[in-house]
Amino acid sequence: MAAEQAKVDPMYQFTIEPLGGSEAWELAGYNIAFTNSAMWMLITTVVLFIFVLGGMRRQLVPGRWQMMVETFTGFIDNMLEANIGKAGRKYVPYVFSLFMFILFANLLGLLPLGVIGLHPFTFTSHFTVTGVLAIISFSIVLLVGFWKHGLHFFSLFVPHGTPLPMIPVIAPIEFISFMVRPFSLGLRLFVAMMAGHVLLEVLSSFVIDGTNAGAGFGLLVGLPSFILMIGICALELLVAGIQAYVFALLTSLYINDAENLH
Amino acid sequence: MPQIAQLADTWSSQVFWLLVFFGITFFVIGKGMVPKVMDTVAQRDGQIAADLAAAKAARDAADEQEEAWRVKENENRAAAQAIVAKAKDEAAKKSEKKLAAAQKRLDKKLAEAEVRIDEARTAALAEVESVATEAAQDIVKTLAGVSVTKPVAAKAVKEQMAHG
Repeated sequence: MAAEQAKVDPMYQFTIEPLGGSEAWELAGYNIAFTNSAMWMLITTVVLFIFVLGGMRRQLVPGRWQMMVETFTGFIDNMLEANIGKAGRKYVPYVFSLFMFILFANLLGLLPLGVIGLHPFTFTSHFTVTGVLAIISFSIVLLVGFWKHGLHFFSLFVPHGTPLPMIPVIAPIEFISFMVRPFSLGLRLFVAMMAGHVLLEVLSSFVIDGTNAGAGFGLLVGLPSFILMIGICALELLVAGIQAYVFALLTSLYINDAENLH
Repeated sequence: MPQIAQLADTWSSQVFWLLVFFGITFFVIGKGMVPKVMDTVAQRDGQIAADLAAAKAARDAADEQEEAWRVKENENRAAAQAIVAKAKDEAAKKSEKKLAAAQKRLDKKLAEAEVRIDEARTAALAEVESVATEAAQDIVKTLAGVSVTKPVAAKAVKEQMAHG
């Protein structure tokens, strides 16, 4: 791209392309082409599998790898126990999968594979993906809530200690804020990942265009942009972790609502 | 923005593959592997807790034994001190008795000696008197040619001696 008139399209990185002539694959009338997005989901799953497999040596005195995996499971376990209580332990498999899947997807999408000609794809920058994850979390909240409390689950919309005349006002507001949860959950991750990647791409276009425009522009625009890019890359690594954490944390908070009401 | 531009074409494939791979992640990794990892952690925590409890029990037992030993030691020391005190007491009594006996013996000897001295002094005085009487008789006879009877001489001598 850079060779031909240094045209950098910051949105191109989000383009989905079917791989290996799979664009015509269909299941029950729906297209299920194996795209680059699906490819990176596969890579994420495989890398995560290998990572956790390394923690399965079950030694009494753990090695570094085992320690690392146990740190992550312990982290999720503690988070669920802090937010939900003892009942939170049964959600560890789901929240761990969610957290690690998003974390690995974010980090793998940041790999500088462009250097060797590959194109990393961050599928968490697509709201179709984050939306599905958010809907799964929200569905679990609804299922657990109605399973455990039945229709009493609706008392969630009446915060404890609300004066009786306020209930008709408060309840709709609570209901709306409850229904907004899956959207905020999915959009937050999607927006954060997309914004970071667009920012990096825009800065890289500054570097390329500035340098192509001459040494003066290169020093004036390209170099500061490049230095800024390095900083933003570190920030993006942080954001990758934080967004995965936020997704898992909010999921556990919502599950807490379903488990314990208020 | 490809996310929206390609939505109609790609949403089904995105959702499908996400469900496939997240499903694999959840059922294989989350359900299959994570509980084992956590089990290992729980086992280790249990082992550590058990070891700590064992160590604590051992320390408590050691403390108890030390306490018992201390009590016994104190008892032994007290007993030893009692024996020493008793022995000291006995020895003191014995030596006192011996001293008393020795004192008595000495007193007796002293008394005897004093009696003897008195006797000797009396005898010596009597001797001196008789000698002085004879000497007085001799002196009077020689100087005055008067023969003085013994009782008279003795009386004069006694008078002179009483005067000193």
